[in-house]
Amino acid sequence: MDAISILTIFVLSIFVGIEVVSKVSAVLHTPLMSGANAIHGVVLVGAILVTGKADDGIQLWLGLTAIVLAAINMVGGFVVTDRMLEMFKPKPKAKEEVSS
Amino acid sequence: MTTPTWVRLAELGASVLFILALKGLSSPKSARRGNLLGAAGATVATAVAFFYGQEFFGGPIRHLPLILIATLIGSVIGWIAARRVQMTQMPQMVALFNGVGGGAAAVVSTIEFLSAGSDESIAALTATVFTVVVGSVSFAGSILTFMKLQELMTSRPVVIPLGRYITSLAGVATIGAAAMLIISPSQGLLYVLLLLSLLMGVLLVLPVGGADVPIVISLLNAFTGLSVAASGYVLGNVLLIVAGTLVGASGTLLTRMMAQAMGRPLTNTLFGAFTAKATAATGPSEERPVKSASPEDVAIMLAYARKVIIVPGYGLAVAQAQNTIRELVELLGAKGIEVDYAIHPVAGRMPGHMNVLLAEANVPYDQLKEMDEINPEFPATDVALVVGANDVVNPAARDDKTAPIYGMPILNVDQAQQVVFLKRSMRPGFAGIENEVLYDPKTSLLFGDAKESLTKVVSALKGL
Repeated sequence: MDAISILTIFVLSIFVGIEVVSKVSAVLHTPLMSGANAIHGVVLVGAILVTGKADDGIQLWLGLTAIVLAAINMVGGFVVTDRMLEMFKPKPKAKEEVSS
Repeated sequence: MTTPTWVRLAELGASVLFILALKGLSSPKSARRGNLLGAAGATVATAVAFFYGQEFFGGPIRHLPLILIATLIGSVIGWIAARRVQMTQMPQMVALFNGVGGGAAAVVSTIEFLSAGSDESIAALTATVFTVVVGSVSFAGSILTFMKLQELMTSRPVVIPLGRYITSLAGVATIGAAAMLIISPSQGLLYVLLLLSLLMGVLLVLPVGGADVPIVISLLNAFTGLSVAASGYVLGNVLLIVAGTLVGASGTLLTRMMAQAMGRPLTNTLFGAFTAKATAATGPSEERPVKSASPEDVAIMLAYARKVIIVPGYGLAVAQAQNTIRELVELLGAKGIEVDYAIHPVAGRMPGHMNVLLAEANVPYDQLKEMDEINPEFPATDVALVVGANDVVNPAARDDKTAPIYGMPILNVDQAQQVVFLKRSMRPGFAGIENEVLYDPKTSLLFGDAKESLTKVVSALKGL
């Protein structure tokens, strides 16, 4: 893919990233950080790809290390975020929903 | 076989899911669904990675069994760690997860460099160098953050002699090595750069004080996002570019919002301790007189109050006293006493941490008042009951310009008619500074584990 297309994707992603979280309430700062943290665990894809074409022992072992680390980041990140958000279940007592 | 179109389309779908995930996580109603959407996106992205074609792998994917085993091992470790961790220890868990992600990104780019070597374009080399530096900084910094929060090392700012110069020197060396690597790539230089970047990560986080650690986690989280984006560029993978950039951009904004909530400019957080003097906790503080109270005294004080505000802090969470405090509040409510919880934005160890912990104990949402809402009510409050909190009620943040936490908004408990602290000891809080309110004549202290103290107060209250 040519450099301009990649740059376009990059710049547009910045704006989307800023826009989607711009209205978050302070209560959700921690879960949002944790969820975003899990999303960058998708570097697992990169780790799988480079390991899948590793052509010597060093690359292979480095790659497998990267896979383990990335999978910890991804799976652990989503699970711990879910545990945090479990606590935010709507309760019958909460009358007024904060308009988002 | 080349990479099929459906793989590309699935990756596009995953990117959209990530955007929806972040969007969902921004609102309480949709947060949990948002997180699940993100997990779905990540699962799809991982699954289709195995179907890349030979223009990428140069044949069928190699080492498939080992890759699957490694994925499984990592997933199981992550799952168990995330399931087992106590809610109170969650901030350091997030730091650790973030660190390993940054490490993974750095390793991915290193491998790509090893296999492509000097054939890489200048742009790809620059991206490689960026990933290695930022990923390693994030890795080392996050591990150190984890150690600070887990109290494997001191949570105070660590100021090494001439630290500012050492950090500047290491920074210049890192940039120099990075530039040389782009001009004349070599493996040896790459390893030097890796080590320098790890050192930078340590040097950057060492001087950060305990109270600022959450902001640093968020910043390192954004760093990892950017390094993942750069590794995506190295690999020519659009999905990684989009996902990494999304996290980098939203993480940067989130870091700024957190810093604002604490009233601390970001530069102050990172570099404050370089200039801060040794803090005030060194004086002969133990000898100053304080007024201690028995659980019965506290029960009587509460029973004859009309309005009580509870200020929960990390000590409450550590003692697992959330349920006991709810019981106390229900008792007081039954007596017709008006009770609210005052939640400081960074009560606990992270923004929103206390809300999570109290929600876990089924405390109704409408009793939780945010700082700006509750602060004007303190002068009309009979008793402010501070349970295991210290820094967030320390007026030094408001009045003492030399205090390291100066500028952080606080809960004005010192304006209440009476203040009761439940504390384990006179030890200063996480930020390591003395709190003048403790010595105020209208303040009473009940020493002991928060849960035990509260249980005693509850039973004394029932006996009245």
